[in-house]
Amino acid sequence: MNHLPLIIKREYLNKVRNKSFIIMTFLSPLIFVGIFALVGYLSSVNNDNVRNISVYDESGMFINSFEDTETVKYKILTSGTLDEAKKVTENDKSYGLLHIPKTENLVQLANATTFYSEESPAISVMNKMERTIETKVNNARLKQANIDAEKIKELRVDLEIKQESFAGERTSEVGSIAKLIFGGAAGYLLFMFIIIYGNMIMRSVIEEKTSRIVEVIISSVKPIKLLLGKIIGTSLAGVTQFVAWVILIGVLSSVVALVFGIDPGAMQGQQQEMLLQSQGVESGSPDFMLQVMDAYNSLPLVNLIVMFLLFFIGGYLLYASLYAAIGAAVDSETDTQQFMMPILMPLILAVYVGFFTVIENPHGTVSQVFSYIPFTSPVVMLMRIPFGVPVWQQILSVVILFVTFIGIVWFAAKIYRVGILMYGKKASYKEIAKWLKY
Amino acid sequence: MEYLLQANNVSKSFGEFKALNNVTIQVPKGSVFGLLGPNGAGKTTLIRIINQITMPDTGNVILDGEPLRPDHIQNIGYLPEERGLYKSMKVGEQCVYLAQLKGLTANEARKRLMYWFERLEIGDWWNKKIQELSKGQAQKIQFIVTVMHNPKLLIFDEPFSGFDPINANLIKDEILKLRDDGATVIFSTHRMESVEEMCDHIALIHKSNKILDGKLLDIKKAYQSNTFEVGLLTDNKEAVSAALKEKFEITPTTFKSINDELQYKVKIPQTHSANDLVSFLTSYGQLNHFVEVIPSANDIFIETVQKN
Repeated sequence: MNHLPLIIKREYLNKVRNKSFIIMTFLSPLIFVGIFALVGYLSSVNNDNVRNISVYDESGMFINSFEDTETVKYKILTSGTLDEAKKVTENDKSYGLLHIPKTENLVQLANATTFYSEESPAISVMNKMERTIETKVNNARLKQANIDAEKIKELRVDLEIKQESFAGERTSEVGSIAKLIFGGAAGYLLFMFIIIYGNMIMRSVIEEKTSRIVEVIISSVKPIKLLLGKIIGTSLAGVTQFVAWVILIGVLSSVVALVFGIDPGAMQGQQQEMLLQSQGVESGSPDFMLQVMDAYNSLPLVNLIVMFLLFFIGGYLLYASLYAAIGAAVDSETDTQQFMMPILMPLILAVYVGFFTVIENPHGTVSQVFSYIPFTSPVVMLMRIPFGVPVWQQILSVVILFVTFIGIVWFAAKIYRVGILMYGKKASYKEIAKWLKY
Repeated sequence: MEYLLQANNVSKSFGEFKALNNVTIQVPKGSVFGLLGPNGAGKTTLIRIINQITMPDTGNVILDGEPLRPDHIQNIGYLPEERGLYKSMKVGEQCVYLAQLKGLTANEARKRLMYWFERLEIGDWWNKKIQELSKGQAQKIQFIVTVMHNPKLLIFDEPFSGFDPINANLIKDEILKLRDDGATVIFSTHRMESVEEMCDHIALIHKSNKILDGKLLDIKKAYQSNTFEVGLLTDNKEAVSAALKEKFEITPTTFKSINDELQYKVKIPQTHSANDLVSFLTSYGQLNHFVEVIPSANDIFIETVQKN
């Protein structure tokens, strides 16, 4: 007689029908998309404001240099004193006054230029004005020294060192970033999944204990079956919720984009540009898209998917059984604190190692060591794989993970078997160590 | 005698603590077997071993002539002392699930539930959640879940806790009916009056050891002390008391009476019979009250436990 499907079915239905589960399934994407829409809306409102800037140019050099844009309009003042200009600007309720004094030479001019405003100005506006003046002054100085500015531009070389592995795989900085996003997303996904659904398993075990049904159940089924059924049932509910989230977020964001006319791609593009600029890559360059495609094509996709599944299942089950053991050891959720730390530490460590060490050096000693330790390997190895990890290393890590998993399940099942029938005893580590011998 | 369940020389330790020490019990087929003992004596451990929740360190358990196997759980119905149900699950769904775990098909479970719901006057609870029921109502559901797969062996640990007297009586009758229909019942309780009412065999476990077992009647006979409660209507109480004291062992006692009698518990020595006492007493006055003192399960329990 096979109880396992029955238990899995009950656990699954119980989770999926739960009111708060349903609410969370629908509410989370709503909140997520809502926040994005709000941020998008607010930043577009923010930029809609037209800023009027008065330019009081005593030098007369910049009369035609400032070009109006959609958000910034310039007004050139030529007559009067600085004080008058300030007064006019203030009465106009303009954004601010840019004062360019008349000076002996260009260096002094560059240093004496001042922007007056009521509040501190936006960085983007300041940058724009600085750039304009800088270009003009630089060109003028080159001219004074009899150097052709056009010639310099012509002679300049933009350099980007091409990267290639000994095996002949081409990569680029863009490619590295793409790999990072892939690996990071996979590792982080696993991390979130473990925390959300591990807790759910723990609560479900505690619920069975506090409602005192557990002895009724285990007079019909073996505790290990109940444990496995619970883990599998809850995980399936978790996968269901995750899939629902992905679909809902996709649908909702398209709806939001249509209704509000916000282009989610544009927002993503902005972020990407910021990331790329910090890496010194210009997205405007024609071969940018090519590089992204290249990086995508050079990702070991089959390898990544297979390993993602293996590490995901192994890592999740490993932690899930620990969560279940904790649930069995305590009487209520408030008692779980002392046991949560040892579980969360390696997980958080794995994410930190992943995001700092692996990015810096995917194949360094620290990255390698942590991709073998079974409590961190799922996250760290998933982040390393896009950078190309030898197959034997991957297999070794998976084997270590699954061997540990079997050990942990045995250990968790022991604690579980004894713990679910212990009431009122405050479980300490010492007490639990004793249970292992029963 | 044919035994449905035999536990032979069962021992179980938890770390340093020995929960059961070489305990042997034999439960006759068709009996109501009282498993008695003070708190922490090891009763629950023994019951859990029978249910295969825990494994014995040494010794074995035979159910209906066969050593205990995993699939035997279908033949056992167990109502634990620490019991409960999934609070947020609907009554019908929950009962069907628990019955399926005991090997019934969903359809069969539904059919039997209908029978039991009618029998225990449970109307339209099918779609109610357990948390919407009262404690007594939930206990009824718990009872049904325990018995609905028609097990050969029923184990009840404090079955009446949580029931009002009316429902306790209803459940008691149901247990006895199940016994009459062929089930064997192991019954663990601290309520000695229900032991008195229901059990025909008992075993007493104290400090991990079995210290007494057998037919309740036989045990009572063994604990019989040849003592009688007497009430004698006489004018000369002092003289009678003195004469009684000379021949018998007497202790003062009181029982309800409409007359002002001389009331004593009298123990008759081996050399005399009850008739001797009667003729002795009638020679002094009118004998209104003459009852043999039968040891109650309660007396036996206290006496045996204190002796050990």
